[in-house]
Amino acid sequence: MNSMSTGFHPTIAVFKFASCDGCQLSLLDCEDELLALAGAVRIANFQEMSRATIEGPYDIAFVEGSITTSADLERLERIRATSTALITIGACATAGGIQALRNFADVQEYTAAVYPRPEFIRTLATSTPIAEHVRVDFELRGCPINRHQLLEVITAALAGRRPAVPHHSVCAECKQRGTTCVLVAGGTPCLGPVTQAGCGAICPAVGRGCYGCYGPAEAANPRALGDRLLAGGMAPADVTRWFRTFNSAAPAFSKESLRHDPQRQR
Amino acid sequence: MTHSASDSERLLEVHGLARVEGEGALRVVVRGGQVAEVALSIFEPPRFFEALLRGRRHDEAPDITARVCGICPVAYQTSACAAMEQACGVRVEGQIAALRRLLYCAEWIQSHALHIHLLHAPDFLGCQDAVGLAQFDRAAVERGLRLKRTGNLLMETVGGRAIHPVNVRLGGFHRAPGRAELEALRPHLEQAVEDAAATISWVAKFDFPDVEQDYLFVSLVGDGRYPIESGRVGTSHGWDLAVEEFEPLVIEDHVERSTALHARLEGRDPYLTGPLARYALNSERLPEEVRRAAGAAGLGAVCRNPFQSIVVRAVELLYACQEALRLIDGYQPPDPPAVEVSARAGAGTGGSEAPRGLLLHRYEIDAEGIIRAARLVPPTSQNQLSIEADLRRVVEDGLQLPDPELTWRCEQAVRNYDPCISCAAHFLEVSVERLA
Repeated sequence: MNSMSTGFHPTIAVFKFASCDGCQLSLLDCEDELLALAGAVRIANFQEMSRATIEGPYDIAFVEGSITTSADLERLERIRATSTALITIGACATAGGIQALRNFADVQEYTAAVYPRPEFIRTLATSTPIAEHVRVDFELRGCPINRHQLLEVITAALAGRRPAVPHHSVCAECKQRGTTCVLVAGGTPCLGPVTQAGCGAICPAVGRGCYGCYGPAEAANPRALGDRLLAGGMAPADVTRWFRTFNSAAPAFSKESLRHDPQRQR
Repeated sequence: MTHSASDSERLLEVHGLARVEGEGALRVVVRGGQVAEVALSIFEPPRFFEALLRGRRHDEAPDITARVCGICPVAYQTSACAAMEQACGVRVEGQIAALRRLLYCAEWIQSHALHIHLLHAPDFLGCQDAVGLAQFDRAAVERGLRLKRTGNLLMETVGGRAIHPVNVRLGGFHRAPGRAELEALRPHLEQAVEDAAATISWVAKFDFPDVEQDYLFVSLVGDGRYPIESGRVGTSHGWDLAVEEFEPLVIEDHVERSTALHARLEGRDPYLTGPLARYALNSERLPEEVRRAAGAAGLGAVCRNPFQSIVVRAVELLYACQEALRLIDGYQPPDPPAVEVSARAGAGTGGSEAPRGLLLHRYEIDAEGIIRAARLVPPTSQNQLSIEADLRRVVEDGLQLPDPELTWRCEQAVRNYDPCISCAAHFLEVSVERLA
């Protein structure tokens, strides 16, 4: 459906698993670039945007969402088999998402709490990242992802190079913005020191602590931050909650959340 | 899409409904010239929000429930805040309440602009998507993208981020934007008013199937304004209730033929929420100028044609742009930007008008603010019965159409609702059972 007369037009597909749709919406949020992008690639499968679909193989598959059912796992394996590059977008796909809180609980009890006929529900006991099941070529973090980073990933893929996406912590972005440290100066709990940059440090900019949308930064030390939060007067159960939100299945956050978990589950 | 046709039996199935938010499918069976079965299936995997909220702190509810839906996070945050504030005996008024309404206008602008131009209009013009539409009416698509961008700019300025805003908290906001920051948006919003007016004229000229449905309308009402972020619940059969009085009357039950959970009033009456309902119960509260534009687009005080929801959405888009400007005119940064919401044991209910309809939250919390029970009632589960009734009507009226056209018409009928399927996790057991 999209064609220009010359050049390589890679076939792009977007697939959704357990998620809120916000990360693929980020693609539609590229208001200034959307039509140009549609001219540069063949959008072969993007259900949120088009009823037209083209069968694989795909040059690039973007995958949003986590794996929570066996049917989804099979679908993921088919997508992997028909895609040259597979790029995950967002916290659900890279770290299980908020729905991974079931990993610390009993999913049967969860099912009975929400559905009147739990016997109808087919679900796995855990919500897991895509990379736990298939090879992933690049993971774009965020809850939601940053659309500028998404454009960088697409541009890099078109050029055949590695995306320039930083892995350092949110602290660097606060310094760049000139935001006074909310943790040091204000004693406000903040996950910025252990969370990967990418959002632009938007939470400290409005005076609240980072709540970890982008998951663990490279070489992060969550244990030191956990101790710091306790020393600042936070109750252990609250430290657990802080590390256990949208990236709770990321090992670095999961481990620190368990260290303070009064119930020591799992 | 798969379909098979014979003289006596036709089966229309769409696996993977496009241009909706979330994963859905529909199935229509026609036997001997009669519509035997219509079912909208949701195969969105369960995420168990109501279960995972238990044990979380009350002040986490806005950010956690925002993740139910990437297209209407402000609706989730607003309903969550309202419910928790009620539980804790706090009222939010004045400029904080005005800022909330302004943020909600941003969500209406981006969501309505997206749905009208990118998701719904292509159906009326025979295009697979907005990219196809842009090939013969690029200006219309660009206008839609410009409107959407303005909604997102406003969202970023007030909420701190276009998707899952970070500036919302119980009692108000973390930081009140300065007057100058909002003033900087004025040119964008003035352009948006112009664009929205052009959008109304554009969609008014679409060809609408002749369908009138006898809906029971349900929407927020009250306080003399068109409802967005707060209000009482009104119905077209004369109810006028506080949200906490209304919520227990929404009963979600099983329907044997589809095994879906469907919301009914008092377990009995199907009802409709969303733009048609809001408009039917509140059109006289729209400013004169907006009402005139609606009239020029062929709308009376009530619209019962689900396909014309795109016109009503365009009217609401114009209203949201004008309302945002009006709120900016009267804006004084609230200081402090939030009132304190101290935990106390209790229960609270909050309701607000997501772009696609009424969204109710109810929580029970303990004295420490720990959530003990949660209920989320999203618009799409409330509308499921109406969607199926519309589909039945569309198929009955369109039996003479070939399968591909009838199937497309059915898809369009679902998209009339701008369904938010990720939100509607309540009835995913439909297809889970069907697939088994």
